Amino acid sequence: METLKPLLAEHPFFEGLEPRHLDLIVGCATNVRFDAGTFIFREGEEANAFYIIRHGQVALEIFVPQRGPITIETIGQGEVLGWSWLFPPYHWHFDARAVTLTRAIALDGKCLRTKCEEDHDLGYQLVKRFAHIIMQRLQATRLQLLDVYGVHS
Amino acid sequence: MMGASGIQVGDVVVIERAHLERLFDALRQRGYQIVGPTVRDEAIIYDLLTSAEDLPIGWTDEQDGGYYRLKRRNDEAVFGYAVGPHSWKKFVHPPALRLWRAERENGRFRVIEETEMGPPFAFIGVRSCELHALAIQDKIFLEGAFVDPVYKARRSGAFIVAVNCGQAGGTCFCASMNTGPRVTFGFDLALTELLDAERHEFIVEVGTERGAELLGDVPCRAANDAERAAVDELVAKTAAHMGRTMETGDIKELLYRHYEHPRWDDVARRCLTCGNCTMVCPTCFCTTVEEVTDLSGQRAERWRKWDSCFTLDFTYLAGGRVRASAKARYRQWMTHKLATWIDQFGTSGCVGCGRCITWCPVAIDITEEVRAIRESERTESAPSPGKEQ
Amino acid sequence: MVPHPYRVRRRRRETHDTFTLELQPASREGTAQEKPIMRGESAEWDIPATASQPLSTIPAFLPGQFNMLYVFGVGEVPISISGDPADPTTVVHTIRAVGTVTTALRQLRPGDMVGVRGPFGSHWPLSDAEGNDVVLIAGGIGLAPLRPAVYRILAERVKYGRVVLLYGTRTPADILYRRELARWRGHFDFDVLITVDHALGNWRGNVGVVTTLIARAPFDPLNTVAMICGPEVMMRFAARELVRRGVPAERIFISMERNMKCAIGFCGHCQFGPTFVCKDGPVFPYRSVKDLLTIREL
Repeated sequence: METLKPLLAEHPFFEGLEPRHLDLIVGCATNVRFDAGTFIFREGEEANAFYIIRHGQVALEIFVPQRGPITIETIGQGEVLGWSWLFPPYHWHFDARAVTLTRAIALDGKCLRTKCEEDHDLGYQLVKRFAHIIMQRLQATRLQLLDVYGVHS
Repeated sequence: MMGASGIQVGDVVVIERAHLERLFDALRQRGYQIVGPTVRDEAIIYDLLTSAEDLPIGWTDEQDGGYYRLKRRNDEAVFGYAVGPHSWKKFVHPPALRLWRAERENGRFRVIEETEMGPPFAFIGVRSCELHALAIQDKIFLEGAFVDPVYKARRSGAFIVAVNCGQAGGTCFCASMNTGPRVTFGFDLALTELLDAERHEFIVEVGTERGAELLGDVPCRAANDAERAAVDELVAKTAAHMGRTMETGDIKELLYRHYEHPRWDDVARRCLTCGNCTMVCPTCFCTTVEEVTDLSGQRAERWRKWDSCFTLDFTYLAGGRVRASAKARYRQWMTHKLATWIDQFGTSGCVGCGRCITWCPVAIDITEEVRAIRESERTESAPSPGKEQ
Repeated sequence: MVPHPYRVRRRRRETHDTFTLELQPASREGTAQEKPIMRGESAEWDIPATASQPLSTIPAFLPGQFNMLYVFGVGEVPISISGDPADPTTVVHTIRAVGTVTTALRQLRPGDMVGVRGPFGSHWPLSDAEGNDVVLIAGGIGLAPLRPAVYRILAERVKYGRVVLLYGTRTPADILYRRELARWRGHFDFDVLITVDHALGNWRGNVGVVTTLIARAPFDPLNTVAMICGPEVMMRFAARELVRRGVPAERIFISMERNMKCAIGFCGHCQFGPTFVCKDGPVFPYRSVKDLLTIREL
């Protein structure tokens, strides 16, 4: 586990976190790898982790009957995947599929949820960071909804 | 500099009313097409004149917001009215103009340039506000990176007989815009009409050598001090009787501060977006270009026509129109006229002639719109009454 | 105000609604030597200039400028120049067929004539950008006006720091210049990141708006010049994201689009606040138009 600490400490997502909080988080981290085409999680499954993508590309997809899988967005190197682990009822809303070979650090959501309940300072730090990511994704999604390249009249 | 007549630039002479026709003769002899005010369709418009008798002799006008009526004067004044719906831009910047044409042959086409150029114009009865308007259009068509050859030819050849206004119109506010009523530049000859029981004559200031030269063919004598003083008096009286006023201090910043203002919604409820204001405005210069083809498809012509920022298609782009609402279009017009014009050309686009007020079918008044926005600031910053008890 | 006669030398389909025309000057009267020659699948038109009939051509352009293209019997339309500034004889335009004139331009075939006036307007600040990282952000057809900048940068690559092109389109099928993008990507010192707004599961590239690429792009915000071209909303969001990453607003440039009839400041149609897009633009420093961009229906 200790080998993951410098990786996490360097990641922008954890920037500015107190060492004691980082120690708690490292305790919940594991190294994972997904071959191209494999699913990291699927819609409806229990959401018990989030991922810091170290390498590769992940597509968030939804399967639409008659149309097939549609990619909502892609998440790449250095970015964070998954926030449903933080909010009840802790189920994934989309499928996440590795588009290419993907290496990531998985953070155990159950473990982190418990630690956040025990240490609200840690909880605040994590929720603040996720809120920022959610805000950015929401803004991007709003822009995507505008369909700016389409012809409108 | 002495002309053949002995008259010099800067001289002030007197032409009797009876000799006005001689001025026309002299212009005609020099090859000018004479254009000036004349009565048509119950308005004073600008058109080709054959004689001084075509001028609106004995007529005046009553003007107010959305209101224009001709009225008989109780004298035979020649220039006893304010400006009408026309302006000189229709001669220097024609309402419709063929730019070039193209002919198709053997799967290719050939472009044929226009070389049209009629005889030069002599403009009779150009008011001070109109000289300012011409100078403003000069900045657009002559003084930028590109020069409009049509405007240049028509403008530079024109002989200008200006007139000092002996009375202000009901919608005039040149005194507010510093564009009149006294003619100060840009003329060959500047006339002031003096008419009372003893006399009917024109005090003429000579602005150019060609003006001086022309007077060699017109009977005239040097003006005396009393006559010069009469001109000052008359113009001062006109300046004191402006039908409208506009406070122009800080006006660019004022409008830039208020791109968003409830007054734009208010005026948009009244505005018909008919574009009359842009057509009568002596400085509005916008045009569109239309492709005109014949039935055989072998000939095409490019026609430049006056356009108005009040039309929906003015800002058409694939996917929509930039200024779709009436509010945005009125705001564009007024903000351009009074504010962005200053950034673009170093001068206001408004000369205070009042045409846009008179010819607006719903009497929208640019001076009122400015006042409303200005006063809203004063109300905001003023302490609200009745709060301190 | 009178166009120069040009002929379509080559026409290439880029996407379902977008195509590229290569134009070469035509003699005013036409000569017998003018005939199409077949090269592969497409006919090309070669026009020999004769000493007795010098060809009437437009002057050389700077990346970011535009021309007015005239179609006989239809009309004239402003189109950005998308060719190589180092090749002054060929005028290249990538055009999206969305209106009457652009649809008529799509009907043109090699040998057909068009009128060309230009080049007009301001250009990308490529000289000022020397010594800096360069971030090019294109949305949709917005890649076309940036392509001459790419050519110039690649031709003078040593003058610039890191160079990255961020390109977003609606779907994978809307991506322009695929082959060239692949070639540019092949340069070890030229990053190309592409994303699409919408994709099916078989697309292996990025999905998301082009602004999401800004955070992933390698550049030094304090020593960067950014050039953005695309729909107005996309440019607004992209510029804001660059500022958030630390790029000074005066080093961000955007290319505006407005209705134009004359391209020389006479017709008044392209006014954008106090500016004329035809002569003050189309390329503006973001700082100078930032506030205007937020005024509705300006």
